[in-house]
Amino acid sequence: MSEEILKVENLNKYYGDWQVLHDINFDLKKGEVLTLLGPSGSGKSTLLRTLNGLEDYKDGAIYFHGKKIDPNPKTWQALRQKIGMVFQSYDLFPNLTVMENILLAPVKVQHRNEADVKKEAQELLARVEMQDYAKAYPRELSGGQKQRVAIVRALAMNPEIMLFDEITASLDPEMVRGVQEIVENLSQRDHMTMIIVTHQMNFAEKIADQVLFLENGKILENTPGKEFFEKPKTKRAQEFLESMDF
Amino acid sequence: MAHSGINILFAGNNFGRLMAGLWNSIWIAAVSLVIGLIVGTIFGVLRTSNSKILRLILRLYLEFFRIVPTVVLLYLVYYILPELFHINWSASWMAVLAFAMWVAAEFSDIVRGALQSVPESQREAGLALGLSKVQLFRYVLIPQAFKLELPAMINLATRVIKTTSLLLIISVMEVINVGQQIIEANNQQYPTGVFWVYGFIFILYFVLDYPLSAWAKSITNKQK
Repeated sequence: MSEEILKVENLNKYYGDWQVLHDINFDLKKGEVLTLLGPSGSGKSTLLRTLNGLEDYKDGAIYFHGKKIDPNPKTWQALRQKIGMVFQSYDLFPNLTVMENILLAPVKVQHRNEADVKKEAQELLARVEMQDYAKAYPRELSGGQKQRVAIVRALAMNPEIMLFDEITASLDPEMVRGVQEIVENLSQRDHMTMIIVTHQMNFAEKIADQVLFLENGKILENTPGKEFFEKPKTKRAQEFLESMDF
Repeated sequence: MAHSGINILFAGNNFGRLMAGLWNSIWIAAVSLVIGLIVGTIFGVLRTSNSKILRLILRLYLEFFRIVPTVVLLYLVYYILPELFHINWSASWMAVLAFAMWVAAEFSDIVRGALQSVPESQREAGLALGLSKVQLFRYVLIPQAFKLELPAMINLATRVIKTTSLLLIISVMEVINVGQQIIEANNQQYPTGVFWVYGFIFILYFVLDYPLSAWAKSITNKQK
């Protein structure tokens, strides 16, 4: 068994009286790719956002390397350097160039040497075929290019886990493959530990080691990826897969 | 004497005096703006904080400066502050104090509005990178807000420059005050002098304010 990085225990979350996450339990091992699937509004994104403190939770616990996370802003701020996140809407900072976007956190938060980070950033940009855009501003880039930069920006922190929140959902169809390939490459080449929320079933099937199937804030299934797509355990998941028609 | 009243603009050192008055208006406006914009930015950031009490206090501060006419404000600062706190500054610095507090109030609301129109996702993206609150404001939110608030900020600057004309009521030797003295001294000789003096002052204010106003307009048009 490889080492456990993240563990979620009896997590419950409410928006007012409405419970959005019900008794969530799962763990994540080093190098594993966990995919969160389920219909819209099932709580996938909320769960993902909870894992780096963008959402708080009422009770339950999250453990990072076996150590229980004390859910206060300071702890989360430190942890976010180890848990990178990429969003559906890219959210590059429009006031900064591509390179400045990437350098900001490693230099200002991690206090690393700017020249070293810059060299690393260039290599990462080259890896996603964006090496010629270091001086460009986000408004000059297409959606697919922005998302590649957003991935590099998160990777430049050298995180141990990457969270991807529907990162291809706003992209033009012809851009989707390129971004998915980057994520696949991250898993295969770097054995990056990842949690992915997606509605692209063929992508999920290709990349998922493990699938969490959620509905109405509950985990209905926690199944190895191959098995989930071949014969899901629950009838609900079966219907879901049929409705997705991929 | 059938001279045209225009002569009084150049008689003696009148022209130099008018220019010195104008300079007084300009530096008082400039210093007030620099202090007011800095303080206003801090207040604006604090007005987005989670503390209800802090938000209420700053809101009351803003409303006070909005409601009280500038003339009253100048009197308050000029006549009452020295009594109460034994401050003994020159009229010009009293004017700077009053204007800076006023600019801070107005600008805090502009900054708050601009900060609130930066998308929430920008804040989250910054947090997700591990930025602290201060870093988030410094590198992400304030620079983006600045772009949005620039036209309103320039318009505020033109208002401050115009409002320096009120400073004659607290005996600051600004351009209107000087102009008034010139008119009164020459009233017998040049009854039409008043038109020339105020006409000239009109041109001075126009030259100062029009470029600012045009700049604000061009930025607003570009942002549309």
